[in-house]
Amino acid sequence: MSRDTAVQAEPAGAASEHGKFASDAGVQRPRDGGDERAGSGAASEGGAARASVDEQRRLYTEMLRIRRFEETAARAYTQGKISGFLHLYIGQEAIAVATADLMRPGDRVVTTYRDHGFAIALGCDSGACMAELFGKATGLVGGVGGSMHFFARDKGLWGGYAIVGSHVPVAAGHAFASKYNQDGAVTFCFLGEGAMHIGATAEGMNLAGLWKLPIVFVIENNLYAMGTPLRRQSPVDDLTTRAPGWALDHDRWVVDDVVATRNRLARIAERARNEERPALVELLTYRFRGHSMSDPGKYRTKEEVDAWRKTDPLARGEAELRGAGLSDADLESIDAAVVAEMDAAVAFADASPPPAPEHRFRHHLVEDDP
Amino acid sequence: MATLQIREALRHAIDEEMARDERVFVIGEEVGHYDGAYKVTEGLLAKYGERRVVDTPIAEAGFAGVGIGAAMAGLRPIVEFMTFNFSAVAFDQILNNAAKLRQLSNGQFTLPIVFRGPNAAAHMLSSTHSQAFESFYCGFPGVKVVSVATPADAKGLLKSAIRDDNPIIFFESEVMYSVKGEVPDGEHLIPIGKAEIKRPGSGVTVVTWGQGLAIALAAAELAQAEGLSCEVIDLRTLRPLDDDAVVASVRKTNRCVLVYHGWPYGGTGAEVSDRVMRLCFDDLDAPILRVCYEDLNMPYAENLEHLVIPSPARALEAIREVAYRQH
Ligand SMILES: Cc1ncc(C[n+]2csc(CCOP(=O)(O)OP(=O)(O)O)c2C)c(N)n1
Ligand SMILES: [Mg+2]
Repeated sequence: MSRDTAVQAEPAGAASEHGKFASDAGVQRPRDGGDERAGSGAASEGGAARASVDEQRRLYTEMLRIRRFEETAARAYTQGKISGFLHLYIGQEAIAVATADLMRPGDRVVTTYRDHGFAIALGCDSGACMAELFGKATGLVGGVGGSMHFFARDKGLWGGYAIVGSHVPVAAGHAFASKYNQDGAVTFCFLGEGAMHIGATAEGMNLAGLWKLPIVFVIENNLYAMGTPLRRQSPVDDLTTRAPGWALDHDRWVVDDVVATRNRLARIAERARNEERPALVELLTYRFRGHSMSDPGKYRTKEEVDAWRKTDPLARGEAELRGAGLSDADLESIDAAVVAEMDAAVAFADASPPPAPEHRFRHHLVEDDP
Repeated sequence: MATLQIREALRHAIDEEMARDERVFVIGEEVGHYDGAYKVTEGLLAKYGERRVVDTPIAEAGFAGVGIGAAMAGLRPIVEFMTFNFSAVAFDQILNNAAKLRQLSNGQFTLPIVFRGPNAAAHMLSSTHSQAFESFYCGFPGVKVVSVATPADAKGLLKSAIRDDNPIIFFESEVMYSVKGEVPDGEHLIPIGKAEIKRPGSGVTVVTWGQGLAIALAAAELAQAEGLSCEVIDLRTLRPLDDDAVVASVRKTNRCVLVYHGWPYGGTGAEVSDRVMRLCFDDLDAPILRVCYEDLNMPYAENLEHLVIPSPARALEAIREVAYRQH
């Protein structure tokens, strides 16, 4: 059963790396000290030098906001205030925060049903996000979409999609329009590693490579598609091995550090924007909760989850802030403000009315709108 | 008689047919190591192993196509869609391959294959995850379409479907897997193509299937309290349709209401309505009415979803209307 693969990643521009990713039947985790850490390669500016304390505090706070939002939503779900599917982003926050931080005005994010983190990171109001989960009129999309379909066009969130892979060609279409209009925007298309094996993904990525579209495809490889580990999804562990066939630049690293991830992704994005070099990036990450609220996650060992907790970017962010001199009281006051924000989000969602009955007739065709 | 949940009845059907016929195998997402997204296939991997309980990546067009190819080569696949919403990705395989290869090969190939999984709305899953697919799959020849609503029907019809030499689309429901009922012991087969009267009555014929059954039965109960007797017919097979059962009932009641999960525009409900109109026009005392989804994409919010999905109250209104009862 055990399978160890060692795939040499091609240099992806400045961010040259030669990574190995070890997995076996029991525990999937990053190789300790491997050079596929986000902080390795060209992005390995050390510690505080890479970012000011203010910047580190800001990025840490953003990650914490997502984590607390998700924890709050999970609680509300068990209280019956949220229904349907609820897929939490806990463990993957650094990816949304890094992306939001490097985006330029006009850039777009297209993602999956695991979409709350991007909404929060891109500046959507946490109350509106919570109200959407509660199915309220004040929700991000009026209570019509729920957890899996967050859209906030003005913030650059061009959607959460729930049919696996079906957003990949759509994202390529956004990039097609950017090239057509020469608007200078980059589209960031996020997908789970589980989406790498479905037809729409191959078609979308091939078109992007063929037409040199300004797009960065980012695989959030959290090693499982529901209960299916990567080794039962793909004959190879390194999913960027598919990139050369689509003429996509590629890179691959473990997301253990928000700053390094942002910097490395930013360079890739600028090549997509300015040099007609679309890219496929594989980010190794982990979701600490089940696939959705109904999944107890029995297919993973405690040892595996614990191993990944050691590289949780949120924990690293906290450690770095302490290293930079922040006290317990400083960190507690950051957290208290975030918790208060999420409590207020719940209060807002609770107090909001459900959608008006007529709202169900709206927006099917443009003629439906007043 | 054993009392089983629908999920257990389905599992027993698969288990018995796998034990009976080496060529039968299960393929789909999470069917094996995860024991099924809705636990229908629980325990089957442990019993039959990875050769016959095959976990796939997320690749509906791929594994539906693999099922079709394997069926052409003599195997008897049971293809599970986690839900039929995801069968949209595999629609070309079913439409252009499963339904056509026997005809295209001039009868050289048979396709004994079952595509099964939950269909239609569950609860607050929004528009892409709440769709009823019978109108799509009943809309072309070359397949049979089954929809089950009780444990006994689930078992008896799935066994028949697995033994059938044709491509079968087999609809279940996420929200009905835990519904319990009696299932006959021993070899229990129900023929494909036969409707069943689930509640006899004399005043109004209520034709239904799938999730519609519980709504129709509740509405019939409400109507009874008002002195209106309804005969509830569960079609069970949607293609081919059991015209005789429906027509025999309408000849008796002279009134017909359809209750089902699905959109009103065209489709299976419209087909039944057309047949009743053509086959027993002179027996009808009122226009045929259909109680189904509003012609809308499913919203997430609970209050809106309740309005879109048919309810016993809405079915009762239609029953009163065809009986010309004022209220
Ligand atoms: C076409 C399709 N098939 C099946 C599903 C059901 N489903 C939803 S999420 C999921 C797993 C996806 O895993 P991955 O792409 O790795 O993303 P993750 O959930 O890990 O973020 C599955 C099978 C779906 N939504 N769409
Ligand atoms: Mg995954």
